[in-house]
Amino acid sequence: MSVTQNAPASIYRTKEDLGVWEHRGKVAVVGIGHSPTFRRWDERLETSVGYLTIQAIQKALEDAGVKPEEVDGVVSSPKGMGEGWAPRPIPEDFANTYKPTDGDPNDGLDGASADWIVNNVPGLDNVSFTMHGPACISNALVVAAQAVGDGLAKTCLVVRGTGNIGGRYGQYGAAAADQASGASQWTNPWGWQLIPQIAFGFDQYCRKYGSNHDKMAPFILNQRRNGSMFPEGFYYQNRPEDLQITTEDYVSARWICKPMNLYDCDLPIQTAWAYLITTADRAKDMKQKPVYILNHCSQRGVVRSLVETLEETEAFTDSIAKKVYQGSGLTASELDICNPYDGFTLFTQYYLEGLKWHGVKRGEAHDFWAGDIRVEGPHPFSSSGGNNGNGRTRTWNQTDTMQQLQGRAGLRQVTIRAETGLAGAFTPGVSDWMVYGISPD
Amino acid sequence: MPKQSPVPDEVSKPFWDACNQNKLVVQHCETCDRMQFPPESTCVKCESSSMGWKEVSGMGKIHGYCVMHDSRIRLLQADQPFNIAVIELQDDPDIKMFSHLPGTDADEVVIGSIVRVEFQDTEATGQKVPEWRVV
Repeated sequence: MSVTQNAPASIYRTKEDLGVWEHRGKVAVVGIGHSPTFRRWDERLETSVGYLTIQAIQKALEDAGVKPEEVDGVVSSPKGMGEGWAPRPIPEDFANTYKPTDGDPNDGLDGASADWIVNNVPGLDNVSFTMHGPACISNALVVAAQAVGDGLAKTCLVVRGTGNIGGRYGQYGAAAADQASGASQWTNPWGWQLIPQIAFGFDQYCRKYGSNHDKMAPFILNQRRNGSMFPEGFYYQNRPEDLQITTEDYVSARWICKPMNLYDCDLPIQTAWAYLITTADRAKDMKQKPVYILNHCSQRGVVRSLVETLEETEAFTDSIAKKVYQGSGLTASELDICNPYDGFTLFTQYYLEGLKWHGVKRGEAHDFWAGDIRVEGPHPFSSSGGNNGNGRTRTWNQTDTMQQLQGRAGLRQVTIRAETGLAGAFTPGVSDWMVYGISPD
Repeated sequence: MPKQSPVPDEVSKPFWDACNQNKLVVQHCETCDRMQFPPESTCVKCESSSMGWKEVSGMGKIHGYCVMHDSRIRLLQADQPFNIAVIELQDDPDIKMFSHLPGTDADEVVIGSIVRVEFQDTEATGQKVPEWRVV
């Protein structure tokens, strides 16, 4: 098995009132790398998660102008989001090309652990620190930021790959069983999973604030518009026509779980990505303009009973906002780029309203989206286009925020000030957040 | 509707055993006098291990709902679309359970309706599960 461990709970800033992050401005992102994107794995070596992971890492290093020998840390989010490859046989060319991780022959097929990366990326000969930030690249970024700040590594890769093999997504294992055990004994008999949770919460939100599902349309269309300007994204590379949906397309799409429809869901894809983080001192000498890390924080909400109520969701996102601002020393009016998570789209309003970005208060997000949220406009919310505009990775918001601050977001470059930014994922209850700035001060 | 059969474990067995006797019980912390569902080995609030069970009235209210059209759960797919309602217990509205609302058509749910528990067999093991019907 992989010997690298998940980060300890102590690394995450989950509590409120911790003050400004002790390493504010002393750590920076200096490299971004994305592999090509694919809808599914076609079982070729060149499109395997492992191969794509190596590609992404090499691109991030090249972006920063750093040699692999200079890297001393690897933080990986070691599993992808789709179905695992096991128990299928390991493809021969994959087995012949890559060094397996002890006890885990599927490593590199479902995702890539830090050990697999160290074993298989050419030139990573001086890595002395590895750690895992599970489930989300935002988690891994948080872990790496703290680790570099604490001096556990000086130049650290942050990596995730995700695979998507054939078949209906999620309809395997426990979902295909006749019995439900563990936590699913309380949920699966009734079909309660994340999708119903989000749909139920959105329905509660609409009832509380007098909104409706149709009012999501401007946000969805804008996410896809932003995706059409994201060259690293899946739709841009593979299906640009899918980004051209109309309001009519959106409001008439089939329900997945009413009030969640097809276009509220993100598309599973096969790809990998990597970032390079280093100390602020080293960052000054690297190829790209440093993106300083001003704060990281995390939410680990505990619900009272089986469901997350709207009141709990709002309390969780209030807490996220409080920690984002307290730890960075910024106020809502000083946060320029706002890229919270959108997969599923129906929970994005909670983040916007909790953060009070551009003055948006509880119940106002849907009306705000009906205004001008284009990247050229005064309120370029979610300038990445998110998962909805680019495919399921949970990373587009991180990449976009970095690129916006570096002034290299291309056609997506906002016209408002872009000196600070926020990105994070996953849900209001469980998520990790990064705050960036162009200045370490 | 066919459902997956819950597999009782050490902590949940009293709940599922009670269902098989057509009784609804909820775990109760004897230290801080608080109901807890789903059950845990200790109280989530006070961390006490003095956990017991209380039979509740079997009455509740529809807190909210959604309508599933494309479930990942194979056993439920033949009955799509179907309601998934969140039920709050009359004995403690903080405690929530799920229901397909037998007798209520999909998307014909009235939030706030009073419901009563009943128990439904599941096919794989015969384990009964709570369901809720509008009164």
